[in-house]
Amino acid sequence: MMQSVTYRKMKNHLMSGLMLACTLAVLVPLGLIFFHILKMGVSSLSLDFFTHVPAPTGEPGGGMANGMVGSAIMIAGASLIGLPVGILGAIYLSEFGGSKVSTLIRFAADVLSGTPSIITGMVAYTLLVVPMKGFSGLAGSVALAMIMIPIVLRTTEEQLKMVPGSLREASLALGVPFWRTSLKVTLRSALSGVLTGVLLAVARIAGETAPLLFTALGNQFWSKNVMQPMAALPLQIFSFAIAPYEDWHRLAWGGALVLVTVMFALSLTARYFGRTRQAG
Amino acid sequence: MNNKVQLEQVNIHFGKTHAVRDISMTFPEHSVTAIIGPSGCGKSTLLRSINRMHDLVPSARVTGKILVDDGDIYDRGVDPVAIRRRVGMVFQKPNPFPAMSIYDNVIAGYKLNGRLPREEADEIVESCLKRVALWDEVKDRLKSNAMMLSGGQQQRLCIARTIAVKPEVILMDEPASALDPISTLKIEELIEELKERYTIIIVTHNMQQAARVSDYTAFLYMGDLVECGETKKIFTTPEQKQTEDYITGRFG
Repeated sequence: MMQSVTYRKMKNHLMSGLMLACTLAVLVPLGLIFFHILKMGVSSLSLDFFTHVPAPTGEPGGGMANGMVGSAIMIAGASLIGLPVGILGAIYLSEFGGSKVSTLIRFAADVLSGTPSIITGMVAYTLLVVPMKGFSGLAGSVALAMIMIPIVLRTTEEQLKMVPGSLREASLALGVPFWRTSLKVTLRSALSGVLTGVLLAVARIAGETAPLLFTALGNQFWSKNVMQPMAALPLQIFSFAIAPYEDWHRLAWGGALVLVTVMFALSLTARYFGRTRQAG
Repeated sequence: MNNKVQLEQVNIHFGKTHAVRDISMTFPEHSVTAIIGPSGCGKSTLLRSINRMHDLVPSARVTGKILVDDGDIYDRGVDPVAIRRRVGMVFQKPNPFPAMSIYDNVIAGYKLNGRLPREEADEIVESCLKRVALWDEVKDRLKSNAMMLSGGQQQRLCIARTIAVKPEVILMDEPASALDPISTLKIEELIEELKERYTIIIVTHNMQQAARVSDYTAFLYMGDLVECGETKKIFTTPEQKQTEDYITGRFG
């Protein structure tokens, strides 16, 4: 039976309204969080904030420069370990895979990416902190790399699988060896997608706090030696936010603002690369 | 005339499927041999075995001998990469490298394998594009992306890319089936010219095309070689009833 036009239009409006409400339900909290952090944090941002280490208790001023540098060093270290493993592993899975080993690797990667990050921190603690008899930035990097690897591995594999087989064949038919084809044709064609995955993985580990708690530990002072305990932005936010000093709370808000901004920028860049891929 | 490529009792299996059955035939040097037959008869499968493209398919198994210049390309110790440099291939769908310029596509075989001096590259690009009659159409935009070209131009670019690495044999897998009639004509004229330097083996399901471009024709049906010989003879006085039925359009 035909429904009247008015009835169908009404139903259409109702459903559209519901979907709009759902979208808002997601966006509003995000907006609230962002604006609250902006409001609380923007006053703490100053040149000192980016150039100084935290001031001793009771003294005004100070910044989070050591935390930002520490985070940067550990993220770089994690990328140095995680990117080659993740990307080469993905090439194996997509270009050479198909065997039982690949299924096992995929399963392991999925389990690893679902592992709570505090567990990852405990693993790094057991593997590195205990034998080396001390907390270190290196242990922090390794813990972060363990979070990074499955993300990079699976996104890169998906991207490589999307490269049409005809391109591989074109290259092989020109007498290019398979390994060169994999690197220079297949990986090259998937590059923007791979880059998107890498940036998202970096954004993800930039905000990780739990795995650093008992690996990098944190540091009140300048710490550029990866064999020593190292400061990190999320760790500083954590310890400052629960401290009973008003000054430290302000620093924590500033740190949160910086962290959110960095992650926002990374996600936007990732989206940009994702878009250029579709256009090209 | 010399036989450039020779098949001796070639059988190809994919898992349990027996795709090509016991085929023996020869491909004379500097000539065009067409392989015709209905869809699924194994003609592309046979073609791909001549430059070892099946090596990539784990379930594929090729037995028998495939000789190029009297050397069995499936012999132990033969490097498939070296074979593919001698036996080039043009595919059904034009597949230029999308991230490369027209210029870079022509010299892709060199660039992907290492470096190439600038002057040498310029020379190869110009001569190969001229030989596929594409030079005049693209000489002012060599640095623009290869995907900007039309389908027919892309296919001629792919042929230029193939001859740039100086193969001896060129395999063509329905090279014009994705193209319009004018582009098809251009490709056919090109094939006629290319046979002076190369041995060409072309798979096509367009029988007029086979009649126009080839010197020899092989008719495959259900993985069997039904008949092969001079194109003129196959198309006028075939020996097998099946060949005649196919050519006259009674089936397939």
